[in-house]
Amino acid sequence: MQHKQTEQRFANDLNIVSLISVGKHPQSGRERRAEQDGRAVELGMSLNAENLTVLHAGDPQQNALRSYAGMGLNSIRVLEMDPAADAIAPLSSYLKQHSPDIVLAGVRAESGESSGMVPYQLAEQLGWPLVSRIADIISVEGGVAEILQALPRGQRRALKVRLPFVASVDNAAQEARQSAFGPASRAALDLQSTQSTTDVIRDEWSEAPARKRPKRLKKVKATTAAERFKAATAKAQSDGGKVMKNEPAAEQAQAIFDLLLEEGVLR
Amino acid sequence: MSFEWLHPVLIATALVLAAVGAVRRVNLWRAGQADQINLIAGLMAMPGRYLHDLHDIVERDKYMSKTHAATGGGFVLSAVLIILVHMLGINSQILAWALMASLVLMFVGALFVFKRRLDPPSRISKGPWMRLPKSLLSFAGAFFVLTLPAAGVLPEGTGGVLLTLFLTALIIWGMGELFFGMTWGGPMKHAFAGALHLAFHRRQERFGGGRSTGLKPVDLSVAADQGSVLGVAKPTDFKWTQLLGFDACVQCGKCEAMCPAFAAGQPLNPKKLIQDMVVGLAGGSDAKFAGSAYPGKEIGNAKGGPNQIITEGLIDPETLWSCTTCRACVEECPMMIEHVDAVVDMRRYLTMEKGSTPNKGAEVLDNIIATDNPNGYAPASRTNWAADQNLNVLSDVKETEVLFWVSDGAFDMRSQRILRSFVKLLKAADVDFAVLGDEELDCGDVARRLGDDATFQSLAKRNLETMAKYKFKRIVTTDPHAYHCLRNEYNDLGFDGLKDVEVLHHTTYLNELVQQGKLKLDNLSAGTVTYHDPCYLGRYNGEYEAPRELLRSLGVEIAEMERSGFRSRCCGGGGGAPITDIPGERRIADMRMEDVNTTGAELVAVGCQQCTAMLEGVVEPRPEVKDIAEILAGQLIEEMH
Ligand code: SF4
Ligand code: SF4
Repeated sequence: MQHKQTEQRFANDLNIVSLISVGKHPQSGRERRAEQDGRAVELGMSLNAENLTVLHAGDPQQNALRSYAGMGLNSIRVLEMDPAADAIAPLSSYLKQHSPDIVLAGVRAESGESSGMVPYQLAEQLGWPLVSRIADIISVEGGVAEILQALPRGQRRALKVRLPFVASVDNAAQEARQSAFGPASRAALDLQSTQSTTDVIRDEWSEAPARKRPKRLKKVKATTAAERFKAATAKAQSDGGKVMKNEPAAEQAQAIFDLLLEEGVLR
Repeated sequence: MSFEWLHPVLIATALVLAAVGAVRRVNLWRAGQADQINLIAGLMAMPGRYLHDLHDIVERDKYMSKTHAATGGGFVLSAVLIILVHMLGINSQILAWALMASLVLMFVGALFVFKRRLDPPSRISKGPWMRLPKSLLSFAGAFFVLTLPAAGVLPEGTGGVLLTLFLTALIIWGMGELFFGMTWGGPMKHAFAGALHLAFHRRQERFGGGRSTGLKPVDLSVAADQGSVLGVAKPTDFKWTQLLGFDACVQCGKCEAMCPAFAAGQPLNPKKLIQDMVVGLAGGSDAKFAGSAYPGKEIGNAKGGPNQIITEGLIDPETLWSCTTCRACVEECPMMIEHVDAVVDMRRYLTMEKGSTPNKGAEVLDNIIATDNPNGYAPASRTNWAADQNLNVLSDVKETEVLFWVSDGAFDMRSQRILRSFVKLLKAADVDFAVLGDEELDCGDVARRLGDDATFQSLAKRNLETMAKYKFKRIVTTDPHAYHCLRNEYNDLGFDGLKDVEVLHHTTYLNELVQQGKLKLDNLSAGTVTYHDPCYLGRYNGEYEAPRELLRSLGVEIAEMERSGFRSRCCGGGGGAPITDIPGERRIADMRMEDVNTTGAELVAVGCQQCTAMLEGVVEPRPEVKDIAEILAGQLIEEMH
């Protein structure tokens, strides 16, 4: 595999927690290491393998946990609970208690609700900033992290965020390293019992495989190959909106507030 | 002659030193892992194995076999007689004459060794090996002269001090090489280690013409123990019998001359690999290695020791991943050394402990784990290829005569043409057959050769459990890799579900049908036709004849390639090599196509979908590539009903 191996890029005193869930293979539906959560572990390992806690809330017997361990983890911490229960409460009470510097998670789970809300809800509960869809953490100095956020079409946005924070890890981040059977079998599962509340609403749902929605055909009026290529690859540019760079912060905030009102997000 | 006491003392000293060296060497081997070998039975069988099994292989090179018989036989006989005549001083003219005769035999043999080394081919090692014929000559010559008085040819005490000193010097040199060097790591080590290797070979089934090609399973029950290691990380993780085997190498380079990866300029040379294992087991560096390097790598930088990780300093992982597991080296090795076992043992460590299978390796393994096929297709689409074939599926019929093992070719459009042809033939011959359908899983071949024995064992067990639900007498498959796994490797896993089942390759089975007159075939007129032996059909399973007989039954006269039969050159597709894709200077498949071209063939017949894919990957213009099943299906005379 062509990836940078675990060179620690940062000081050892950084405490990182990577959250993992049970993934689901798109073709076979089999449980597996989730793509994005794997990347969250990879990023955590490359930042600071020594002080990385890999945390799961759910069933400790779940085999998919072993495929994370096979990346070379000594242990996985499991907050034992019914996998169908809501993981937010046990996770946030754990995180409050241990107060790490960085919490990494995938953007969304591959099974269950897959709403992508976990990082947001955790950030809200902890009162920490949330950085969505990050591709990499470049450095952490003086309590401030320099982060690359993934934008569509391979673009990146450089951000500076003060610790502690929660970040969701995008598919643009470094791919998870190969999982090896030996370390996977040997890693310790460090169990902690928790109070979890049954997710009553979810209990009433029934799950069915998603049906592919028909695609709207794009009308392409292209005359050259380059144009056709562009039409085929470009994502829809959102029109409208404006870029405010030089205006005073209060004015920028007001603009955002107005927009949220207009869109009905805030009432 | 003066100094009568001198020679007995010298001989005794050399023998004592040799014995000390032997104990040291044995201890190096004993540092390896335990292996179940019957020591006494092995030792008893050893002379017979030397005369038959080993010489059958050496016999392929007539010059060398005669040379070796004379030199080796002469030496063993002389050594015994020297002890009797010159050390113990037994005064018998008969013994002395016998000694002189055996020394002459050895001398003549040594002359031929000398001659071969005047212009040595690049595959054989130079260095100390260039000295060996001279050592043999001086040993034989000096003892010959020394024996003349005892034989009554010369009066006692002939020659002066000068002659005695000169002979003594030659004797010291000769015995240094032949007695001392035998156990202290000189070229003659091959005789000592080689003899014991024949006695304690890890694959005892190979002797007496047997075949033993299945890889040995990894004991996964210890996987979860702290401190355990899966596969081979350090030389001492090998079985002691394997370490002994490495030490038996004579550096003849027959393996090197056959290795497709070496010829393609990939960083692998099986001979150097074995010598690096010797460096590892004894400790040191490869600086003294006097043979060809791994292509593209310099000699002198590799260091190792019995307890050092092999892939951290001794061998570059790329070397291990270059191997196609074609077994050409093993087939050719006069010392019956098992290169492929060693390569896969070390790959197991890289994959199952380090998680460092190169290139597409990790992705393919992930796919196999998640979907039971290497490309990650939906498991439920496995039988899509046969949507129009109306096949019996075992989950419906429960019982059949022949289970057609479809293999992962089911997902590949080119391979599907082979599958369809085979089905057409089965139907034409009115065979009662069925498939497992979506219940069939990847056979585990690729996972196993990539070092992931855990995944192989999981697939094998699940396949065996599925098959245990149904009744059938035979399994027939168009994929030699699946054939090999089912026939030679599944039985090691503690299931005896396949005990009474005959596993066949489709060419064997089709040949049977043709012999029984169940298939009516037209003659083929396709110009010149040659046949490429797939490694996993030929060398792994000994099936060279059935495909040829089938072609002959079509009236085809096969234009054989120089490298065919047990010497067939790999297509480059085995052992996961296309997945790990280690760069070289050429592609193995291109070299094989050159072999084909030298026969002037317009059609190359194969018996493997992987070979088909590799050979068809060669840029046109090139001969047409077809599986035997496709060729037969094309000649089928269909009866009107
Ligand atoms: S491994 Fe076998 S074939 Fe290769 S050089 Fe050694 S003895 Fe010869
Ligand atoms: S098995 Fe084939 S590729 Fe591997 S070392 Fe032997 S000859 Fe070379």
